[in-house]
Amino acid sequence: MGGYFSDIFYGSKSLLIGMGITFREFFKPTVTVQYPYQTIKMSARFRGHIELIADEEGKPKCVACGMCQRACPSGCISLDSVSVDIEVDGKVKKKKVLSKYDLDFTKCSLCGQCVENCNFGAIDFSKEYNLASTRKEDFHFNLLKRLEERNA
Amino acid sequence: MSAPIQLRPDETFLLNVGPQHPATHGVLRVKMQMDGEYIVKAETVLGYVHRMHEKMGENRTYAQYLPNLSRLDYLGALGYTHGHVLAVERAAGIEVPERAEYIRAITVELNRVASHLFWFGAFVMDLGGFSPLMYAIQDREHILDMLEAVTGARLTYCYYRFGGLYNDVDDDFIEAAKRFIPRMRKSLKKYDALVSGNVIFRNRLEGIAPVSAEMCRKYGATGPVARGSGINFDVRKNEPYSVYPEFEFDVPVYHECDSLARYKVRMDEMEQSLRIIEQGLEKLPDGPIMAEKKPKTIKLPVGDYYQAVETARGSFGIRIVSDGDKNAYRLKLRSPTYSNMHLFDEACEGMLIMDALAFMGSLDLVIPEIDR
Ligand code: SF4
Ligand code: SF4
Repeated sequence: MGGYFSDIFYGSKSLLIGMGITFREFFKPTVTVQYPYQTIKMSARFRGHIELIADEEGKPKCVACGMCQRACPSGCISLDSVSVDIEVDGKVKKKKVLSKYDLDFTKCSLCGQCVENCNFGAIDFSKEYNLASTRKEDFHFNLLKRLEERNA
Repeated sequence: MSAPIQLRPDETFLLNVGPQHPATHGVLRVKMQMDGEYIVKAETVLGYVHRMHEKMGENRTYAQYLPNLSRLDYLGALGYTHGHVLAVERAAGIEVPERAEYIRAITVELNRVASHLFWFGAFVMDLGGFSPLMYAIQDREHILDMLEAVTGARLTYCYYRFGGLYNDVDDDFIEAAKRFIPRMRKSLKKYDALVSGNVIFRNRLEGIAPVSAEMCRKYGATGPVARGSGINFDVRKNEPYSVYPEFEFDVPVYHECDSLARYKVRMDEMEQSLRIIEQGLEKLPDGPIMAEKKPKTIKLPVGDYYQAVETARGSFGIRIVSDGDKNAYRLKLRSPTYSNMHLFDEACEGMLIMDALAFMGSLDLVIPEIDR
């Protein structure tokens, strides 16, 4: 019989202790960010989708070597280049110029292999994370166009 | 979703728990033959999130396979990546700088605490208490913020590289980790008072769902499940790897074999992880974070390699059979919850369904890691 009452006593006591803790938590400051009304800044190393980086003239730094394409585990980068004649010190030289750089973000695993494998520092992660759409096509990024839009 | 209940001549019926059900963690389906509220027979059905990770390992180069490892167990991803890089490094003979190994140990342990915190919250929620989940998530958020600042991602880290790390930790991280430890210790006390002593919680777990050490051995259960059944096995102690021999920590073992024992093991493990992080931060040497001598494309010598690590859920093993090529000839992943879960069928025979769901929570299942 004594065990019965002590069970009730210690059981109720444990519940009261728990309620005390939740009651104290009730008056602690709110830590929730009210997304989408408030957003947070991403950390410097945050890995979003990739973006091309421009040089001083606003042209992409990329030399179309294709290292990123080969390193990507998911095969989401497709790029192309054209050969143009440029004049250097009076001599005409052929130079590869990037003509297309597409990212299929639907397949990207945000692993960062592409950025790591680029020896020219031509791509970097964007800090964009508010990405939502009902259409798949919205995530096929034309990075060259995006670069031009940023320049404009 | 529940299947049509068929009344059998012997008055038992089939109950379908899952694949989408709030009480199963992820897409696990359990077919239960019930007699009233008692389970006559249970059968777990797997494969709803099978993504062929092993096959992918055979088609991708070793470096390209790195992001896959974080997708096995999304709550404790770093431990799995650790196993992979250790296996490849050992096979390729790459020397890892000490600083890199220390940072690996610190981040793995932080990840283990984060994983256990989430399990703690979800487990108590399975039993009907909602507030602890919110408190646990708040603490876990601190860890995720820290890890995000160094790795760049919150869940799928992809932080380790063969021979070292993706990038170094900064002073902010070390400061934040140092501040985190006392705060977490305070939280652990709070959880203890709030949950561990709670009479409803105790009555639902104490003496419920006994899993004998014998059964753990039979199914190959490891991690907190085995340690809650009195088996003193922790890969970090029994087959030491990385810099774990440098740390002083205990392996919590309980002999009660019930759901409460498994709960206690994990709660104690968080404290032990904090101890490791504390020592790691103190001893953290200066130096490079990437091996100097490292082949550009990794090709493993012909052979058969195996590496086990202790993840938050138990012993994770990766076996690589190499034929000397850029990618593995065969890659096998031994995931801990796969073995831990298979206890469930046998152990829950004759159990009340409410107890079985609490038992499932105490196993800490992460389905993508079982199905992989
Ligand atoms: S982050 Fe990874 S998956 Fe995405 S484009 Fe780069 S290499 Fe490919
Ligand atoms: S690796 Fe760099 S330079 Fe080469 S194609 Fe990719 S982005 Fe351009």
